[in-house]
Amino acid sequence: MDFLSQIINGLGIGSIYALVALGYSMVYGIVQLINFAHGDIIMVGAYVTYVVLVVAGAPLWVAILASILFCTFAGVLIERVAYRRLLNMNAPRISLLITAIGVSIFLENLSQLLFTSSGKSMPNLFPNQLLGLGEVQISSISLINISTSVILMVLLQILVNKTKIGKAMRATSEDADAAKLMGINTNTTIAFTFGIGSALAAVGAVLYCSAYPMITPYMGGMLGLKAFVAAVLGGIGSIPGAMLGGYLIGIAESLTKAAGGSQITDAVVFGILIIILLFKPAGLLGKNVQEKV
Amino acid sequence: MKKRILAAALAAVMLSVSATGCSQNSNTASGNAAAGASGAASAASGDTIKIGGLAPLTGSVSVYGIATNNGIKLAVDEANKSGGVLGQQIEYISYDEKGDATEAVNAYNKLVQNDQVIALVGDVTSTPTLAVAQAAAKDGLPMITATATAAGVTATGENIFRACVIDPFQGELMASYSAKKLGAKTAAILYNMADDYSLGVAEAYKQAAASVGIHIVAEEKYQTNDVDFKSQLTSIKSKNPDVVFIPVYYQDVALIAVQAKQLGITSKLMGVDGWDGVLDKIDKSNVSALDGTYYCSQYTAESTDQKVQDFIKNYKAAYNAEPNMFAVLGYDAMNMMIESIKTAGSTDSDAIIKAMAGLKFKGLTGDITFDSDRNPVKTCAIITIKDGAYKFVEYYNK
Repeated sequence: MDFLSQIINGLGIGSIYALVALGYSMVYGIVQLINFAHGDIIMVGAYVTYVVLVVAGAPLWVAILASILFCTFAGVLIERVAYRRLLNMNAPRISLLITAIGVSIFLENLSQLLFTSSGKSMPNLFPNQLLGLGEVQISSISLINISTSVILMVLLQILVNKTKIGKAMRATSEDADAAKLMGINTNTTIAFTFGIGSALAAVGAVLYCSAYPMITPYMGGMLGLKAFVAAVLGGIGSIPGAMLGGYLIGIAESLTKAAGGSQITDAVVFGILIIILLFKPAGLLGKNVQEKV
Repeated sequence: MKKRILAAALAAVMLSVSATGCSQNSNTASGNAAAGASGAASAASGDTIKIGGLAPLTGSVSVYGIATNNGIKLAVDEANKSGGVLGQQIEYISYDEKGDATEAVNAYNKLVQNDQVIALVGDVTSTPTLAVAQAAAKDGLPMITATATAAGVTATGENIFRACVIDPFQGELMASYSAKKLGAKTAAILYNMADDYSLGVAEAYKQAAASVGIHIVAEEKYQTNDVDFKSQLTSIKSKNPDVVFIPVYYQDVALIAVQAKQLGITSKLMGVDGWDGVLDKIDKSNVSALDGTYYCSQYTAESTDQKVQDFIKNYKAAYNAEPNMFAVLGYDAMNMMIESIKTAGSTDSDAIIKAMAGLKFKGLTGDITFDSDRNPVKTCAIITIKDGAYKFVEYYNK
């Protein structure tokens, strides 16, 4: 039964990777930009939750709402300030990538300046109980993580496939210039995508804080990288792919640690990235799109 | 195009992985080349016993040096008030070595050649202490360091002692405590394999466990900056050990304890002096995760010992600051030196060294004797956490 518990542990952390991976994936899908600042949005979300909940003493739902709104705003602002000019000028993708790394470093240093580099402890956010399921005991925290991520993925699928703005997102992703000619405001659509991705990261931040109640300015770094690996593994640009990738990375980590290989956990994760890039560059659920010449 | 982006992304991934690898701070000295140690010496007078001191009073590790030096000075003041030693007043001459090994050796030479000290209480951090110990071993000068924990320090010569316990000692002590006081038969260990302190204590615990009849049922490791310990804790939980020994620093302890509680681990959690301060890193709503945990420390302000309470009062009056472990060890180290000089009955180096080797000392950090490697064998304070507060349990000696 140990094995099943480890799978559930993996799904618990995997849900957080998955939520962050969704943001990477959507942004990449629409503008082919790997937004390396995305991992740090999680950190921003965590600190907003901390400030509202602990410093201001507001109730939990206010803190979660504030965190989601602030991150959405931050995501849109980053797109407006850092990326939009580059995107509209058709700048080389490498410039965008470097800009993203710059934004990431900026966010980390800003929060270090505001909150110091020493970690802040978070209060207990959700009721912590052990739920028995036969012989396997599941922590309620893991269960909350997993169900939240599944619900959000379903909502996101509906948003992208059934709504007007979703149609605009798909159109922009397929061919931005043609979409513009059809009367779609691509700038708004791209900003909306950044906003949704950041809102998901904020939810990820809240789940992270409930499972690991210690936040630091650098918490987004490794978390963001692993979520990025998850997005690539699942097929970057694909929503179910990002989720699948997140869960797989979480489980791979959990099983590696359980087998006594703590020292090679990160090596396993990045090894998976290398193998996927070698054998299935489009990822597990990704479509191999022919580049237009 | 896509391939290029992914290649660049991969490069960025590698880059930041290697960057996190070297973000650890070390507490060792910065290479400060400025020469000339500023002395805290008063004008030398004829009939005093001169004891030298070395401490980083400026620079990156000055926080340790200042506290240690303050503790030492308090011990000297108290000894002088009660009549000094061998009928003479003690003159404590200390120099700032800025945490630098070269500065420390220069200052040491000045102490020996110019000031003609008969003994040395110092240095504070391990690297300069090792350098000074080399020189002191050649001179045969009686030397005691208050706080340098590196194992090699006292191995340098027969004349070099220390007042603090070395890392493995704590592992042995806690193994003994878990068997004899907590009645543990099985134990699991969870430690940070990338940290020398954690690794050293864990190894010592493992070795000592066998001799006190504890069976180690699980040995789990993690890396610096890890935050998810659920896999390791799940493995530990399935073995259901009596105690889980976690020799790591307080920030990790906070995360581990909360996750252990989430997983419903009921084994007793135990740690060592790296746990000191853990209550500042855990929110009140999670503090019950630390209930009933035990750790050891060389010093606790909660001690009921009158001498400790007096020391805290005097230290606050003299320096307007709370004494920490470094101040206490400095105080003990100087008192051990004074006691040895008294026992020797002379200022002769060999006599002092012999007296110190056979010393039975009752200090603020417990009853102290020296083992054959001139490391202290002493009682440590066992501290438990209850309802979000540290509680002193007892002094314990393996």
